[in-house]
Amino acid sequence: MAGTVRTYLLLAWTWLRASAQYPGPLITMTIGSFAVHALDVVAIWVIFEHTRSLAGFGPAEVMFLYGTAGLSFALGDMLFGNADRLSHHIRTGGFDAMLIRPVGVFVQTAVDRFGVQRLGRVLQAVVVLSIALSRLDLPWSRAWIIPPMILCGVVIFASIFTLGGALQFLLTDAPEVANAFTYGGSALTQYPLSVYGEELVRGVTFVIPLAFVNWQPALFALDRQDPFGLPSWLRFASPLAAAVLAGAAALAWRAGVRRYRSTGS
Amino acid sequence: MIEVDGVGRSFTVGRRRARRTVHAVRDLSFTIEAGEFVGCLGPNGAGKSTTIKMLTGILAPTSGRLRVAGFDPTRRRTALARRIGVVFGQRTTLWWDLPLRDSFQLIRHLYNVDQKVFRARLGALTDLLGLDEFMGTPVRQLSLGQRVRGDITAALLHDPAVLVLDEPTIGLDVVSKVALRDFLRALNAERGTTVLLTTHDLGDVEKLCRRVMLIDHGSLAFDGTLDDLRATVPDERSIEDVVARLYTEGAAPSPPS
Repeated sequence: MAGTVRTYLLLAWTWLRASAQYPGPLITMTIGSFAVHALDVVAIWVIFEHTRSLAGFGPAEVMFLYGTAGLSFALGDMLFGNADRLSHHIRTGGFDAMLIRPVGVFVQTAVDRFGVQRLGRVLQAVVVLSIALSRLDLPWSRAWIIPPMILCGVVIFASIFTLGGALQFLLTDAPEVANAFTYGGSALTQYPLSVYGEELVRGVTFVIPLAFVNWQPALFALDRQDPFGLPSWLRFASPLAAAVLAGAAALAWRAGVRRYRSTGS
Repeated sequence: MIEVDGVGRSFTVGRRRARRTVHAVRDLSFTIEAGEFVGCLGPNGAGKSTTIKMLTGILAPTSGRLRVAGFDPTRRRTALARRIGVVFGQRTTLWWDLPLRDSFQLIRHLYNVDQKVFRARLGALTDLLGLDEFMGTPVRQLSLGQRVRGDITAALLHDPAVLVLDEPTIGLDVVSKVALRDFLRALNAERGTTVLLTTHDLGDVEKLCRRVMLIDHGSLAFDGTLDDLRATVPDERSIEDVVARLYTEGAAPSPPS
């Protein structure tokens, strides 16, 4: 484990130095990603110009949900998001090169092309979350759940990225299939799940556990009743959901590597 | 050093009704002792690369048993990686955007090579391969010959017991080829590194390999010395003609050993 972290940091540092050869694009992409996501906040503001609550949630609460989901996703994407570029490595033969190194292939794919431009998204989420927290003024007896909730969210998104990568061992030609769950999941969790239909919410609670990224623990942090009447212990089930999903992702990845067929030459 | 016992690898290709199984390698068996220099010949699509990929842990065999440097390549892939060096002539295993120097440093860390040992080895390798002036050049800007030399250096920095090369001389000019052959011969003679290479260049085989294996249709068609190979088709003069006959007509049975 310590060795894996060391390898990750080493490769991340290497990629950073490689990308620093082109400082111009690096800076513009960081600012660009910050600006694009800042527009999301404008969207929230526009919504609340027309209504006083969104499915029972006020502006600060919606920003809280947005900020926690955004931060989990942005961190997961920065650290592991490139696992879904696997099909590119398979097609170019780069995956063969990773397999001859004495370190895990998962670390190598996850860290590949690590870049600071993704910090733009992280920063934006931090800003939104800070604004939300300053307006909500949560007591410590409920606010303690925020760090573990972000962490579980990172693990859940990282696992979905990994599952998406593992799927590409089978579907080398369709890497976008997984995006519905990663980027789609990120968009879904940015708003109170009570704006969606009950079937969808059940799906993202018990099938793909996106509800545990922020919705369930946020109900505790914001001291809210569950609009769908699900049991209240689910609010503390995020670590369990994250662990189960991470386990499934690890198994799928291993199975994928064993099935790997390489290229023709 | 390398034991291959009844190894097969099949691929399922096509979709639905058109699905069929292709046997890239079937029932392949051979042994390579420490210190040998073995050349592997065979027409395109004969299963050479598939064999190399199974030996290096990239592909899992569908049947049979493999042992390289004492490890099962699929199960102990990372442990094996520390004992072998792998070079693909057709593509690099280095980091495209990094200068050679940084790629080598990274490899030092990945393989946990001691700094002192690393400096000495890198110095010796860059001297032998004439890489000194390109150390600061990003890999993508290197010529093919420089890049292959970079790849070979990278594959040897951790002093592997076995060096596996898949078409290392492909696309190289005559001078680079000769220099590379000299280097490989010295490596095998002085350090005792076991070398296995695949090639389409019969010059590589004539100049380097004491033992030749010919793979055709996924199985071993010939295994012996170059002279034995020549003797299988006595009426042909050059080694090119001998091999061309074997490729087209199918190989004669191996001589008794």
